[in-house]
Amino acid sequence: MTTTAGTPQSPAAGTPESKQPRGGVRGWLGNQPKSVRWLLIALAVLGGYLLPYLADVPVLGPQLITQGIDWPSALFNMAYYVLLALGLNVVVGFAGLLDLGYVGFFAVGAYSVALLSSPDSVLGTKWVWIATIPVAIACAMLSGLILGWPTLRLRGDYLAIVTLGFAEIIRITADSSQTLRGDRGFAAIPHPPGKSPDGTPIFGVRDATPYFWLGLTIIIVVVLALRNLDRSRVGRSWLAIREDEEAAEIMGVRTVKYKLWAFAIGACIGGFGGVLFTGEQGFINSATFQLQFSILVLAGVVMGGSGNMAGAILGGALISYIPDRLRGVELFNRDAYQYRFLLFGVIIILIMIFRPQGIVPSRRRELELKDRAKEVAPQ
Amino acid sequence: MDFSSLFHEFGELTITGLAQGSIIALFALGYTLVYGVLRLINFAHSEVFTIGAFTAVITWGTLGLNQDSPTPGPAGLIGYLALGLVVATMASGITAVIIELVAYRPLRRRNAPPLAFLITAIGASIALSELVGVLTNRNNRGVPRLMKQASLVHIGDANITNLQILIIVVALVMMVGLDFFINHTRLGRGVRAVAQNADSAALMGVNKNRVISLVFLLGGLMAGVAAVMYVMKIGNIRYDSGFYLGVEAFTAAVLGGIGNLRGALLGGIALGVIENYGAGLFGTQWHSVVAFVLLVLVLMFRPTGLLGESLGRARA
Amino acid sequence: MRQGLARAFGGVAIVALIAGAAACNKSSTSGEKAGGKNCGYELAYFGALTGPSANLGVNIEQGAELAVDQYNKKNGANCIVMKKFDSQGSPDVAPGLARQLVQDKKIIGVVGLPFSGESQAANPILEEAGIPNITPSATNPTLSTKGWKFFHRAVANDSAQGPAAGTYIKTVLKAEKAFVVDDQSAYGGGLADQVKSVLGQVVVGSDKVGGEGKQSDFSATVTKVVSSGATALFYGGYYQNAGVFRKQLAGAGWKGTMIAGDGVNDKGYIQAAGKEAAEGTIVTCPCAPAAKAKGTFVTDYKTKWNVDAGTYSDVAYDATNIFLQAIDKGNTTPAKINDYLKTVNYSGVANTYKFTDVGELDPSQIIVWAFKVANGEVVPDQQAPKA
Repeated sequence: MTTTAGTPQSPAAGTPESKQPRGGVRGWLGNQPKSVRWLLIALAVLGGYLLPYLADVPVLGPQLITQGIDWPSALFNMAYYVLLALGLNVVVGFAGLLDLGYVGFFAVGAYSVALLSSPDSVLGTKWVWIATIPVAIACAMLSGLILGWPTLRLRGDYLAIVTLGFAEIIRITADSSQTLRGDRGFAAIPHPPGKSPDGTPIFGVRDATPYFWLGLTIIIVVVLALRNLDRSRVGRSWLAIREDEEAAEIMGVRTVKYKLWAFAIGACIGGFGGVLFTGEQGFINSATFQLQFSILVLAGVVMGGSGNMAGAILGGALISYIPDRLRGVELFNRDAYQYRFLLFGVIIILIMIFRPQGIVPSRRRELELKDRAKEVAPQ
Repeated sequence: MDFSSLFHEFGELTITGLAQGSIIALFALGYTLVYGVLRLINFAHSEVFTIGAFTAVITWGTLGLNQDSPTPGPAGLIGYLALGLVVATMASGITAVIIELVAYRPLRRRNAPPLAFLITAIGASIALSELVGVLTNRNNRGVPRLMKQASLVHIGDANITNLQILIIVVALVMMVGLDFFINHTRLGRGVRAVAQNADSAALMGVNKNRVISLVFLLGGLMAGVAAVMYVMKIGNIRYDSGFYLGVEAFTAAVLGGIGNLRGALLGGIALGVIENYGAGLFGTQWHSVVAFVLLVLVLMFRPTGLLGESLGRARA
Repeated sequence: MRQGLARAFGGVAIVALIAGAAACNKSSTSGEKAGGKNCGYELAYFGALTGPSANLGVNIEQGAELAVDQYNKKNGANCIVMKKFDSQGSPDVAPGLARQLVQDKKIIGVVGLPFSGESQAANPILEEAGIPNITPSATNPTLSTKGWKFFHRAVANDSAQGPAAGTYIKTVLKAEKAFVVDDQSAYGGGLADQVKSVLGQVVVGSDKVGGEGKQSDFSATVTKVVSSGATALFYGGYYQNAGVFRKQLAGAGWKGTMIAGDGVNDKGYIQAAGKEAAEGTIVTCPCAPAAKAKGTFVTDYKTKWNVDAGTYSDVAYDATNIFLQAIDKGNTTPAKINDYLKTVNYSGVANTYKFTDVGELDPSQIIVWAFKVANGEVVPDQQAPKA
């Protein structure tokens, strides 16, 4: 797995590159000259694209790749989980809005693609996959706004249950409505376009590697976009809202607008994940969009380190990698895949107890937790 | 929209809703208690419920009473029911306290942010339900029939069975008991004090840790009673039975005003009844949607729920 | 910070180590090459082995493995190897597994997929790789309309089963009021729709409930059934929820008969409903009773697995034997086997198999039986009446 500790939080824009007294990998990276940093990032990205060939790495490779499931398929699963984690990170990590129903946006994106492009759909418009992307993302954004608007006045925990309800409403509608075809699902959804030189389609059925590369490209684009957003006024407003919403409001931050932005952008990324997923599978039905999925992605984001993109990427990748890696492994006479959630639950508890800031914490979060620990009243 | 079905079965659906709602209310009490004191959504509460249910069923099984055994007579009913309640409440209570000790106390000790608590709760919930699933091979376990359901009362064309009366009465009794405990005993005063302001309470001599364990214990007791009522009604229990019920119960708690005991009761009953009406009107597959839409509407106009939050204040 | 990061990496490393160690310890397939001709190939079972409706998949896998074992006894140990792919019945998991399957070039035939949802997701991959597959249980009629050339179905589909169930309700039970419930799954909903269209006016109400694991409190539906006065209820879905639902119906005092499809034809139904409530339930199946299986199949199965043959075990046994016969005759590539399947006319223990050009079972070979639950066991009742 590529090291993902490589996205340094640089000092506030404008100050020169001074030697920061920070520890650990991030501090070391931050103190390197810019050229070295860019070189390392480029190497990391290249490593990402070369991941499908991990099996060829001597000694370590065959232990790391998944046994029970095709490795490029596992990589693709990681890719869309990471995309979802990045999107959820915007809502939960950047803006501090507790969202327990993120799979809803994923579903909206996926179903938009299906409705527009599958021959099974009532709309009958058989668009190609590419044409459905803008519509799907627009629908996802709209659904983010629809979720955001009634919840503006709600405080953290109430927001949690409403977002959960929202995801459940989407799941039940997918299950029960005739238009969305429930469990029967939509088949024959077209794949992304492109033909390789010998005439066969690039995005075929048997090899998941091109899909993984597509996913990785989308992730990189999203990371760059989010990084810019984070350093802009929008990002600073989110930070203010997350820290103390009332104080932010008093100081002139338009909380309504930026909360809606957070939902919309998070939904947009989630919808994109749905688009990618549908393009790869060629078939979706309502069985995919369960509540447990949302909860898993949330756990992944927080475990990885919420508020921090590197943490979200790591968390998203881990929650997909660990179950897939366990497949095909025998433990106590059963496929270890059966124990995957048990293992997860225990891992989550352990990480939260021993490292509540997440595996790759954001600097700010870490300081915040240190401060909070000092405030503990005597028991 | 099937209005004829709704009118035709209105009485029946109301009674069913009251019974279902009572179980949800008992379950919701656990959520609301813990939230009122710790501001924590205790996701693992659904596993507390499941463990209580399995303990009761397994205990009955070891005594020879299983799914295919003949229904015991009145003496047997009371005996088994009492045994089941005792065993389930003990198991649930102990589980809840252990979860608090293992998962939440270390976080409290370092004053972790609420999000960390939530994620730990999720982790505990996942770990426990999977553990039960692995141990039971993810199979349904049939529950013995303790009482033959018989119609006792007729109101119009609605029949109220003995089981439904039992469930409603038990829920009310537990609710009144809990209310009395919180409002009129010393320990209850401690609970209210910690709910209001934990540090001040500690300064005034309340042992915070003991109160918090007590709160979890109480929540577990309620869940244990709910578990026994549930298995008697449904007839089956599975490792994931608690999950959706937990979502419903949490919704009910928020609907009534989280942190508010009477709110949990009101929310639970309201949710059960509205869901059944929704099932009658739109079809069973939509009943949850009705509940959530109701929740959103209520929260839009009363952001702190129907009865507002108030465990901390003198009125429970 | 360094310590924490080290701890985190340590955690990940431990997981990798465990997985790696376990993988290392997995014994590689024995290289013992068998003596008989046409050996060294593999057949795969692809379907649910774990998950909520696992029994249905396990029955099939065990039937298939029995056939392979018997073949290996004649032709040398490990002549043909049976590979298992556990999809858990989930359409999310199936594609990744399918890609894994098609990479193993020794696999030349697939017995599976048992459920219709996962078939939709994974069959395109098998189709593109050209691996012939015979499903012993996926009954959704649309599967044969996708233009798949490698897909074969060894049983009748729901457009035979549904009408049979409906006709049973009309002619045998002579019910005047029937209620139809389904669990919104592709299988259950499809079957329920078929039954509704056959019963027409006899249906006094219908309802939809949640699937396995999504709903366990059916009181609203029970209320509707009881107040509708229906004497027969058709349930389209799988055995666990069917059992829980039936138990609640019995608890509410409903005295009618429940009829369900092959997804309920499992002892898991009786375990969920309890012997008393399950008594008298009718279950249809596009399969003949296992006891009617020719030859020594029933005793062989019991000897190997220590349990009685389940639903479709015999069909899976036959499907595997069709593959084995093809291999025996020298068809050792997937393409040759598929060609063989086009013209095969195989007399198995459960049925005689001939496939139409879209992969369906030849209409003259369709059998639908009705089974009854009596004294806690599923016993044959009668061959289903023709519509």
